[in-house]
Amino acid sequence: MLGALSVSVLAFIALMAVTVFAKAWPSFAHNGIKWFFPGGDVDQQLGAIIQGPKDPAHYNYYLRAWPLIWDTIMTTGLAVAIALVVSVLAAVFIVELAPTSVRRTIDPVVRLLAAVPSVVYGLIGILAIAPWLERAFISEQRKHSVHEVVQLTGSNLTLAVLILALMITPIMVAIVVGALETVPRSWTEGSAALGVNRWRTMWRVSLRTVRPAILGAIVLATARALGEAIMLSMVGGSRAFPVNPLDGTTFLFEPVRPLAATIIVYIDGISVVPLEQTLYAMAAVLLVSCAFLSLAAWAVKQPMKKYGIRT
Amino acid sequence: MAGEPHVLPSPAAVRKARPRDSVGSWPLIDRVAFGLCWTVGIGLCVAAAAIIVFMFVKGIAYVRPSLLIESPQAGASEATSGGFLDPLVGTLLLTASGTAIAAPLGVATAVWLSEYARPAALARAVESGVETIAGSPSVVLAIFGLFVFSRPFLAFLSQTSAGGSVFGRSFLTAGAIMAMLALPLIVGATREGLAQVPGHVREASYALGKSKITTIRKVLLPSVRPNIAGGVTLAMGRIVGDTAIVVILLGATLHLEGAGGPPILSTLRGTGATLTSYVKYNSPAGEGNAPEKAYAAAFVLLIMVLALNALVTRLTSGREGRSDRFLAWAWLPNWRSR
Amino acid sequence: MSPATPPRARRIALDREPTLAEDRHRSPLGHPIDELRVAPPSGAAPPAAASVSASRRNGLQDRPSIPPATVTERMAIEAVSLAYGEKWVVREVSLPVRQGEVLALIGASGSGKTTLLRSLNRLTEITAGATRAGRIALDGQEIESMEVNELRRRVSMVFQQPNPFPMSIFENVAYALREEHAPGRRRRRRSRRELEPEVIDALRRAGLYEEVAADLDHPALRLSGGQQQRLCIARALAVKPEVLLLDEPCSALDPISTATIEQLIVGLRSDVAIVIVTHNLQQAMRVADHVAFMHLGELVEYGTSAQMFDSPRNQRTRDYVGGAFG
Repeated sequence: MLGALSVSVLAFIALMAVTVFAKAWPSFAHNGIKWFFPGGDVDQQLGAIIQGPKDPAHYNYYLRAWPLIWDTIMTTGLAVAIALVVSVLAAVFIVELAPTSVRRTIDPVVRLLAAVPSVVYGLIGILAIAPWLERAFISEQRKHSVHEVVQLTGSNLTLAVLILALMITPIMVAIVVGALETVPRSWTEGSAALGVNRWRTMWRVSLRTVRPAILGAIVLATARALGEAIMLSMVGGSRAFPVNPLDGTTFLFEPVRPLAATIIVYIDGISVVPLEQTLYAMAAVLLVSCAFLSLAAWAVKQPMKKYGIRT
Repeated sequence: MAGEPHVLPSPAAVRKARPRDSVGSWPLIDRVAFGLCWTVGIGLCVAAAAIIVFMFVKGIAYVRPSLLIESPQAGASEATSGGFLDPLVGTLLLTASGTAIAAPLGVATAVWLSEYARPAALARAVESGVETIAGSPSVVLAIFGLFVFSRPFLAFLSQTSAGGSVFGRSFLTAGAIMAMLALPLIVGATREGLAQVPGHVREASYALGKSKITTIRKVLLPSVRPNIAGGVTLAMGRIVGDTAIVVILLGATLHLEGAGGPPILSTLRGTGATLTSYVKYNSPAGEGNAPEKAYAAAFVLLIMVLALNALVTRLTSGREGRSDRFLAWAWLPNWRSR
Repeated sequence: MSPATPPRARRIALDREPTLAEDRHRSPLGHPIDELRVAPPSGAAPPAAASVSASRRNGLQDRPSIPPATVTERMAIEAVSLAYGEKWVVREVSLPVRQGEVLALIGASGSGKTTLLRSLNRLTEITAGATRAGRIALDGQEIESMEVNELRRRVSMVFQQPNPFPMSIFENVAYALREEHAPGRRRRRRSRRELEPEVIDALRRAGLYEEVAADLDHPALRLSGGQQQRLCIARALAVKPEVLLLDEPCSALDPISTATIEQLIVGLRSDVAIVIVTHNLQQAMRVADHVAFMHLGELVEYGTSAQMFDSPRNQRTRDYVGGAFG
């Protein structure tokens, strides 16, 4: 009986996967590979889908979702990159460099940052930080330079990336610290006895040993970042605009709307069948990305086993 | 040493504060790394302090006890009148229903994985399954839930509109999906606890002639009660803080709208709001545009979450190693079981 | 002795035995350290020693080789007391550490010998609450005033459990070599080809080269226990230290590996001053030139190996050597 209950978990996942892909299929079928290509304003296209014919034979599925995908890549990629550096440095600080009194403070701090609900992060971002960003960095000239294409506000890529990085840092710190504490003392002591300073010991022995855990942390953090919908819908800005690095520093202040945020923003229209299927298509892309991440992490860990690094 | 015992001064008198190693003689790049580590460490503390202080300041400015007991009032006077009683009740209701569904399922799964786990391939699959759920975006879980609970045969869990389509949004349905969110945490915590029970305890019970089920019920589960409690509290914290599922599966009405019928069942089958959706609604990103209310509700939300987390510390202190506690705070399933 | 007792252990004999210019049977206790200074037979040794220290500090590698049959004092332990927390675990111990000979620290568990050993390269500082009183000098300079990492490159340590890093053999031995830098200056990036001769030399001195020459990229953790310990010795020797500290290096190994390593130790003593902590009396008999017996933190007796095992002066030494306690 216990077994049956446990297997229900598997049934849930299987059902979920099947449902998502089945419902996503029409959207992909009608757009083909061009679903992933750029081509016009996503918000307009989604609006057209909602307004489109109600007759099943003539559903409108037209979507060129590249802006959403690009925004997802940019926000997730930048946030994870920043969080990775910050987390590794913080983990080294916590495990090795912090005096005991500071260590006692920083444990609850990390716990706190992990516990804050995403909507609170979103609120602080949109009410406190966005206006400051707008005042400090978005001058009239900057706005004017792109005003034909997009409106710049305080809710933009920078804000989204910074808050997202802050949200996923505690996860990574927790994993890396846990792994660093399992590095055998004999190695760190041996390295110290060879006259290697604390930072270099960390870098060349401890961090090298916990590379699998760091990879795992990256995977988990990326999955979290991919799935973050509410906070990003609040602070990302008003439009699904593919941020353009060629705009120079202005690109930092362009609005973003990643996939998960788009689903949340358009959820009210889910009663419209073609939109529902389009949203499922986006969900399918998210699911496949998460699965692909796990697989990639597993594959990269295999060669590390050779030198005795426990994965 | 021949002769009289030599009396040495106490170590404390001799001990001088000595630095462990002279960072000043490290190569420049190492000193830069050292400085960066310190900056990041202190920076995180500053960021956390800033968030707390900011929310407290805003919260204390806008929270009044009346907010907690009045219902929200929609319309033009939203910004200046009404409270968030309904969202508060909604949060409590949703958390309770989510945990009520997740706890038995989670404990059962954990017990099966820990004590039975045959066939092995199935056990590995279930393990991977739990981790997959943990890694799935909550939006995806939510829209899947919407689909499932819109099926006619599950209509009893929510309301049916006049046109015959099942609404699919209610506390029960949202609770069910919240349970999925909570499941990996409870499974992880329980498994961790069960793994720490030494083998000889089980052997002693079997030697006395007790069956496996009895052993589990009478011996193992009572001994991992703190772990289960910790996992459940962690799960509650996670549920309280989630917004996406609420927005999608709770019907987004400001008040608790019952579905008609017997009182409690009516509310559970009805729609409503939670503190999280209320905050979003009142933020500039939502329709309400009453930032003071949003701050007040967010403040209450934060207090709830912090209280729950403090409770987890109390429940699990001394039972787990420090690194496990650390992991738990990031709401991760048991990493070590990989 | 009854016929059932095993034969007495014999010293491992090498071609050249070290000669000391001073009276072997004088205990150092209570006598000023100067009396123990060995007069160098040729004028080469002390200037060589001084220039070695100076060149070490500039981070250069070359050093003149010391004639094998002379013994030079390298470290002076003067009235050293060590405490963990509030308890003194080593009480006012004075010993000389000389290049050209092996000093064995023997005693029962808890006698403080490992703590004393670890204080010689300031490894005790890693533990919080460790206190040291007294003076330890390396080539005349108080080790407290040296930069700790430079000290540890001059005084290397091999631990009880072999602890090779999870890297290849080459990288293990080259590990400390890659870290060398002058104080405050940047490290030089050294290519594999540049490091190879030093790595091979260290492996040779540790008696491991023949066995691993075929594949230096073999994972170190896949070596056998004895090979791993020799790898750790090679790693410690790679930076050409002046003193080598060995903390019960063979206690985790089988007899054959033990014999190999003991041969190694005796062979190394002309290049490096060696201090070995051992609870195995027969091992001390086999490898040591001078033996210091410690009990409950105090130095009970110090003397040559022959004298300590054949005719110990102190009753407690007699009891320990005779097996009355351990």
